[in-house]
Amino acid sequence: MKFAVIVFPGSNCDLDMYHAIKDELGEEAEYVWHDTKDLSGYDGILLPGGFSYGDYLRAGAIARFSGVMEEVRKAAEDGKPVLGICNGFQILTEAGLLPGMLMRNKNLKFTCGTVSLKVENAHTLFTNEYKEGEEIRIPVAHGEGNYYCDDATYQHLQDNNQIVFTYAEDFNGSRNNIAGIINERGNVLGMMPHPERAVSDLIGGTDGLPLFRSIVKQWRESHVSHA
Amino acid sequence: MKKVKVYVTLRESVLDPQGSAVMGSLHKMGYNEVQDVRIGKYLELVIGDSERDVDALVDELCNRMLANTVIEDYRYEIEEVVSQ
Repeated sequence: MKFAVIVFPGSNCDLDMYHAIKDELGEEAEYVWHDTKDLSGYDGILLPGGFSYGDYLRAGAIARFSGVMEEVRKAAEDGKPVLGICNGFQILTEAGLLPGMLMRNKNLKFTCGTVSLKVENAHTLFTNEYKEGEEIRIPVAHGEGNYYCDDATYQHLQDNNQIVFTYAEDFNGSRNNIAGIINERGNVLGMMPHPERAVSDLIGGTDGLPLFRSIVKQWRESHVSHA
Repeated sequence: MKKVKVYVTLRESVLDPQGSAVMGSLHKMGYNEVQDVRIGKYLELVIGDSERDVDALVDELCNRMLANTVIEDYRYEIEEVVSQ
């Protein structure tokens, strides 16, 4: 399976993402510059963390107009897996590919560390290697991870099982502790914590690996059955 | 030429942690008559000659990029700029 790691000016978790795919997962990955006009050669799209365009104006607000985003939208419409982590999540909400928005953390702090997450939905193409309700430990590092949406949107997310990860306890003020959500179709996931930083015991844990394995597993299954 | 002053603020229904922190500090300083503080962004746009209606243009800019209407409101003032 071949992944595109989109590189925006200001991305800084692109190397971690590349390393996770290439070295820990053993799949193909390529860095793709933000003005690329063709993503048709890739099976999965990864939007890494960082501070795209300095996050001037709002987190993700400028990156959302990058040339590559039209291609990301197409990939999402084609049903390809699109994963946005941290700044990638912020870009996906700004682009309207996921509902809601990420605000400044409630306590105004940039928070760094490892948190416990609950897998709320283990029936997505990103989480089928986890158990429903499983608690996992994943690193976080963000100042604007406070997930906000209005009541109607929240109800919609709940009714469609689109809430994929929650923080085990209130971490940044996010609505109902939401840490990650998926689109209605189930192929676009955005999350603030960093699974790509939890892929080896050497760096403190491997709880992020099943997420990437899930994507590859689902992809292999669908490509074998269609062959 | 026109100068447009755009003010982007969090919607009333959204908690403003920056504003709350500043208000808390003002209260500690003894300014207890301050009842609320909201922090927003101020942008100045200089718009050159255009066939487009300036209000429609600025609304479009605000809705597409300058404000995220999920959590933010915006308002603006338009001034004529006399070129020197």
